[in-house]
Amino acid sequence: MRLRKRTRQRLFIATFLAGALTLYSAFVLWPYAETFGYSLTDWSGVAPPSKIVGLQNYTKLFGDDVFRQALLHNLLLLVFLPIVTILLALFFAFMLNVGRGGRGVAGVRGVTGSAFYRVVFFFPQVLSVAILIILFQAAYRSDSAGLFNGIAIKLGLTDKNHPLEWLNSPGTVMWCIMAVLVWAMVGFYLVLFSAAMQSIPRDYFEAALLDGASRSETFFRVTVPLLWDSIQTAWVYLAIAAMDAFALVSTLTPGTSYGGGPDHHGEVLATYLMRNFLTFGKAGYACAMGVVIFLITLILSLVVLRVTRRERVEF
Amino acid sequence: MSHSGIPADVSRRQLLVRSAAIAAMVGPGSALAAGCAAGGSSKSQTGTTSAGNPFGVKADAPLDVYVFKGGYGDDYAKAFEAMYTAKFPAAKVTHTGAQDITGDLQPRFNAGNPPDLIDDSGAKQLKLDVLHTNGQLTNLDQLLDAPSIDDASKKVRDTLLPGTIGIGQFGQNMFSLNYAFTVWGLWYSKSLFQKNNWTVPKTWDEFMALCATIKATGMPPFCHQGKYPYYMMVPLMDLVAKAGGEEAMKAIDNLQPGAWKTDVVKQSVDAIYALVDKGYMLPGTEGLTHIESQTAWNQGKAAFIPCGSWLENEQLKATPAGFDMAVMAMPPMTGDKMPANSIRSGAGEPFIVPAKAANQAGGLELMRIMCSKAGGASFAQNANSLSVVKDSITPEIAAKLKPGTKSSNDLLTAANGSTITWNYVNWYSAFETDLENAMGELMANRIKPDQFITRAQAAADKCAADSSIQKFTRA
Repeated sequence: MRLRKRTRQRLFIATFLAGALTLYSAFVLWPYAETFGYSLTDWSGVAPPSKIVGLQNYTKLFGDDVFRQALLHNLLLLVFLPIVTILLALFFAFMLNVGRGGRGVAGVRGVTGSAFYRVVFFFPQVLSVAILIILFQAAYRSDSAGLFNGIAIKLGLTDKNHPLEWLNSPGTVMWCIMAVLVWAMVGFYLVLFSAAMQSIPRDYFEAALLDGASRSETFFRVTVPLLWDSIQTAWVYLAIAAMDAFALVSTLTPGTSYGGGPDHHGEVLATYLMRNFLTFGKAGYACAMGVVIFLITLILSLVVLRVTRRERVEF
Repeated sequence: MSHSGIPADVSRRQLLVRSAAIAAMVGPGSALAAGCAAGGSSKSQTGTTSAGNPFGVKADAPLDVYVFKGGYGDDYAKAFEAMYTAKFPAAKVTHTGAQDITGDLQPRFNAGNPPDLIDDSGAKQLKLDVLHTNGQLTNLDQLLDAPSIDDASKKVRDTLLPGTIGIGQFGQNMFSLNYAFTVWGLWYSKSLFQKNNWTVPKTWDEFMALCATIKATGMPPFCHQGKYPYYMMVPLMDLVAKAGGEEAMKAIDNLQPGAWKTDVVKQSVDAIYALVDKGYMLPGTEGLTHIESQTAWNQGKAAFIPCGSWLENEQLKATPAGFDMAVMAMPPMTGDKMPANSIRSGAGEPFIVPAKAANQAGGLELMRIMCSKAGGASFAQNANSLSVVKDSITPEIAAKLKPGTKSSNDLLTAANGSTITWNYVNWYSAFETDLENAMGELMANRIKPDQFITRAQAAADKCAADSSIQKFTRA
């Protein structure tokens, strides 16, 4: 049987899409659907759910102080993590690629030693989360043997009998976690933005230079607008990361099951979800949380993509 | 993507097509194989029973042992296996010591070929209630009713420490043998005490006086595993139990209204808080992990630390030579209702024999060996921990034990059966978590004893009012 070329092409594409779609349905869509189903039950997580409780888990959720506190922390991450990470990454990328100042320099180059800095900045990205955790466990250690406490004591900011508590202090714990996230992620976005910057034709920068634009003018009027697509992508990724933060919070913050301490001041949605799911045996309730996290993430991604949509420049 | 070891002459497109084809072939095939495996279950190998072989172990049947290699290591299990091979020289024993129990064994349970004996412990343990519900566990009552190796006139059940059987039961039958016996208390270095001429305090007042003396030398008297406030809950609840006796334990376990608003609780919380208030804590200990704080204690940065008897083995490498660790009971306060030597103790580390084990009789026999006095003694020496086997630490064995294990055994002997047990810890995990959070705040001096008590009572009331939590009663 001979099919028309067009039909063959379509069949060819469909064959490959079918595989991906099946996998996606089986491992992403179906679990989401199941989670939603379980969120309507009193499932304990170790035996099949005994009864359907309707939306009771959801109504309970909004009267739950810990849940609201965790949500607030995720929102805090959501606001600050993308802004800080993107600004830092953009700044570093700019300095590494087009940052060398001074007139009369032939061509556009990064600051001296940019090849070295590039490796240094990317380094945290190479480390696995497990190593990050061990590293920062030692850095944030709450007695005088901690790295940061050692520095603070040497500088005379505090003394050895009053070490700073970092992760065990209600006022600093979320900022400490955010600092680790930024430290770990900046390198990746630096590389992403660098690559995007390198695809901007050099003559744009040269033209700006010839027109007498300063470094900051070049940055804000040429670089940022031309990188908008990459920044948008970075924003979505970072927003998703901000809604998660599970690995760091569950291991670095105080508390026996999945951290979240001190006294819920380090709680994020994912840790509270896991504790309800596995420790408290409230799996149905945890599923309701999962659904809420999913919806928030989904809405956020859509909003970010829509709000930040701009005209695209083709080069 | 381009340097992943693919020969250059294979184009990307060819590669995609080929891998798709392979996936199409492998996919259904592997499902089929899994299906086969899940269906098949091997026949149990049994020989004939006799007085010395109550389960009818077939002498040449291979034995497959899988143990959690955690705080106790797995040398102790190899020692048990050697005892088994001595009895059945023809049997080939396979030993696995690992951590990812669920990852390793869930597929084997599903396929119907689980090991013959499992130490199901650690963070990735297979949940016992799930295994039990699915009929995967062997009823160990046959072990309990089998004759003891040491004395055929005694049943195994009579050779185990009290509390062992109850903790392994679902309903009326025992399905897991919780083999390690843990005692809790305050740990110190004997050599440090001798060097400074400090005597082990007999009462709470003596303890506080000693803390003042220790502080005067420049050493912080106390440290704890502050990142996990679970640890500090133990000394507090020991004080409550000793001061209030069974009555207080019942009220708190049964979530009675006002159970925390008693003088007994107030006095105990005040006592614990005094350690913070008087500056007896290692600065910063409220944020340290168990390893960090225990190692600081090993390095002589503080004199006392609360812990269970796994401490010695956990800190084996960090403990300096001549440290000579020892454990004491929480010092009694005046007016206590329980004897001064009462301690918290209990069985843990569940061992199971799967219902579908190929050599079920062998697994049971290995358990019977573990429950012999020689088994208990071997565990004490190889795992540096007590076992649930009664009277297995003879004076000769005790002389060979590490100092902490020996001290634990002395503490257990001195307690003479006066045991502190709290059930709410296992019954109501959300309640325990609320208490731990409040304890963390108390230890960081962010709340005062009155606030702690208010929070504890509120947490108890919340738990009592939550109809989704199954309630139990302490009789």
